[in-house]
Amino acid sequence: MVETTQQRVEQRQPEPLGDWRRYFSFCVDHKVIGIQYLVTTFFFYLLGGALAMVIRAELMTPGAELDRSLYNGVFTIHATIMIFLWIIPTLAGFGNFLVPLMIGARDMAFPRLNALSFWMIPPGGLLLLSSFFVQSGAAGAGWTSYPPLSTQQVQVGDLLVTNFGQVIWIASVVFLGTSSILAALNFIVTIVAMRTEGMELFRMPLFCWATLTASCITLLGTPVLAGAVILLAFDLLLGTVFFNPTGGGDPVVYQHMFWFYSHPAVYIMVLPAMGIISEVLPVFSRKPIFGYKAIAISSMGIAVLGFLVWAHHMFTSGTPDWLRMFFMVTSFLIAVPTGIKVFSWLGTIWGGKLELSSAMLFAMGFVSMFVVGGLSGIMLASVPVDIHVHDTYFVVAHLHYVLFGGSVFAIYAGLYYWFPKMTGRLLNETWGKIHFALTFIGFNLCFLPMHQLGLQGMPRRVAEYAEQFQSLNVLVSIGGFLLGISTLPFLFNAIYSWLWGPKAPANPWRALTLEWTTASPPPVENFEYLPVVTAGPYEYGTVGSSPEGNTPTAISQPKS
Amino acid sequence: MQSPISSNDAAMSQAIGHSDGHGHGHGEHPDLRMLGFTLFLISEGMLFVGLFVAYLTYRAAAPAWPPAGTPELEKILPAIFTVILVASSGVIMLAERALKHGDMGQFRLFWLLTTAMGTVFVAGQAYEWMHLEFGLKDGLFGGTFYVLTGFHGMHVIIGLLLQAVVFFRSFKTNHYTPASHFGVGASSLYWHFVDVVWIFLFALLYII
Repeated sequence: MVETTQQRVEQRQPEPLGDWRRYFSFCVDHKVIGIQYLVTTFFFYLLGGALAMVIRAELMTPGAELDRSLYNGVFTIHATIMIFLWIIPTLAGFGNFLVPLMIGARDMAFPRLNALSFWMIPPGGLLLLSSFFVQSGAAGAGWTSYPPLSTQQVQVGDLLVTNFGQVIWIASVVFLGTSSILAALNFIVTIVAMRTEGMELFRMPLFCWATLTASCITLLGTPVLAGAVILLAFDLLLGTVFFNPTGGGDPVVYQHMFWFYSHPAVYIMVLPAMGIISEVLPVFSRKPIFGYKAIAISSMGIAVLGFLVWAHHMFTSGTPDWLRMFFMVTSFLIAVPTGIKVFSWLGTIWGGKLELSSAMLFAMGFVSMFVVGGLSGIMLASVPVDIHVHDTYFVVAHLHYVLFGGSVFAIYAGLYYWFPKMTGRLLNETWGKIHFALTFIGFNLCFLPMHQLGLQGMPRRVAEYAEQFQSLNVLVSIGGFLLGISTLPFLFNAIYSWLWGPKAPANPWRALTLEWTTASPPPVENFEYLPVVTAGPYEYGTVGSSPEGNTPTAISQPKS
Repeated sequence: MQSPISSNDAAMSQAIGHSDGHGHGHGEHPDLRMLGFTLFLISEGMLFVGLFVAYLTYRAAAPAWPPAGTPELEKILPAIFTVILVASSGVIMLAERALKHGDMGQFRLFWLLTTAMGTVFVAGQAYEWMHLEFGLKDGLFGGTFYVLTGFHGMHVIIGLLLQAVVFFRSFKTNHYTPASHFGVGASSLYWHFVDVVWIFLFALLYII
């Protein structure tokens, strides 16, 4: 058997490892696909960020500079890109690169399906952007696209035309949704069926647990969103009245279907991010993770509860009182598994030998900012507060603390942590720390004052506002531009280090999970011999673990 | 900056040994593909669950269902086509059993019979659509009826295409064997799925 494995590894070496051309091809290697995801989605992140800069430039002054329908298009496409083309797929990119390595598999369960999932992203993204160039203008009803706003015809000159920008939005969402369903089923099968010998479920790294639960949410939720937006398309194009009250339809049905996916979707965006944090914190604290099982099981708790809380987005949509109570209580309950995770992370760093690398800084930034977002989330989950601040900047502040302070900080932590494994080069730590400082300051300057703006009553999604809000808005915009600029040191660092950075050893952080036991970057079939696992992944500082951590050489000898 | 350490100290808690990859090797094992396909069908099922719940919401809120003035749905003909579709799910199981016994002739016979019965169902639905006295735009009743039956009909047609592919591939030497027949198993499972969805749909739209 050993010989045949070796022969197969040799046969499957079609091109040299360093060949850059395979990153532009229909390559079926999960590591190549993972990097394809990460680079492509980062490009969309820059685009979405550029649109955010347009929004903040517009909001420097109370008056409207941009054409209003263009402004509506800009914030709608900004949000859609950030959710469907950046956070969700980039976390799938991490999953693609890491999951097979972490569970000791040679590839994902369905490599060709995997490549297909990725190659649906660029056309889906271009389709979305093409929305700007149709006669009706880009989709402008926000990323939620509530009818009847989204199904109205658009005035172009003297003509009323069908909102084809919205139709394009629907098509791209269905397209990208299909891609993420296919990726999710691939993750589930890989994790369930392809773990190496000894890799029991409760020995898996927590990132795999997070990916598994997030994939279950994707699999069950995304088709409902597809159903909702397809009905929306029928209303737009074929004259049905599903969401049109004048014909007997009900726009609130759309809201239910939409949020049945889109509330759990925030956990699709945040669970893998939490998984990344659970990998980074123990390594740089040199301590075993606190409450491994609690973190793993709380992910499942979040997934289950996540499907029971969707109508907390609809407290002001005529939801009856008794139903509001139900959704308020279930939303509060989500704080319990989330709190379990946060306290476990704090327990992990407590008394540890902290090493403040860039990855660790971003991970700690995640924990603190996510807590702020979680607290404002509890405020929003309580009906009276929500009615007061509904559709104000308080909501904008909350969602950015959760999704930028949460997911994006974790994505950066993950990029700094796994960059040596992915590229075989080390990032420059000084530039990384500059990047972190700029991001952290810019982020808080940008989104903290939004809470105040919201409490004072500034509505979201508007280009014009009362003059009393200007000073805070200027502050927010300065923070926003700083946040935009903060991307540059990272870009410079990543490109420079990828080309000329110092070579990375197999295990630069002395980590104990399986991906660090193979070379950097890993060879085509990941491991020379599939490893056998005999203990959990985070036993730092415990009896039997050397100060240097684990050793890649331990698996280099074939079993006799 | 974290200094890179290249250690060769063998002591580590996550002891790692060696495996020849036996049992967990690379490649698309048929069982894995079946698991993946089942997950895909669960996802498809959620699409119908969403649409069903939307339908029930509309129906519960409507003052009368069907609305006043809408002609009653003809029930006899759809019931006959329903029996044909449900029976075809049994026939496809006979085909699978023939394959497990290695009888390719009988397999193709039953397989073709399934496809024929499915085609009759689709033709029946087309006939029904042509003779209905309400349209897609006629309020929620027409809209939900055509969307639900249309989505289902589309799935039936996809199922028939899968069956056609399997049928022609079955003439390749040893393409499907009693031990290896993922294409047969998957399209059969898909057919059962389409069938179960229709039972729910028929009950919701025609009976209740």
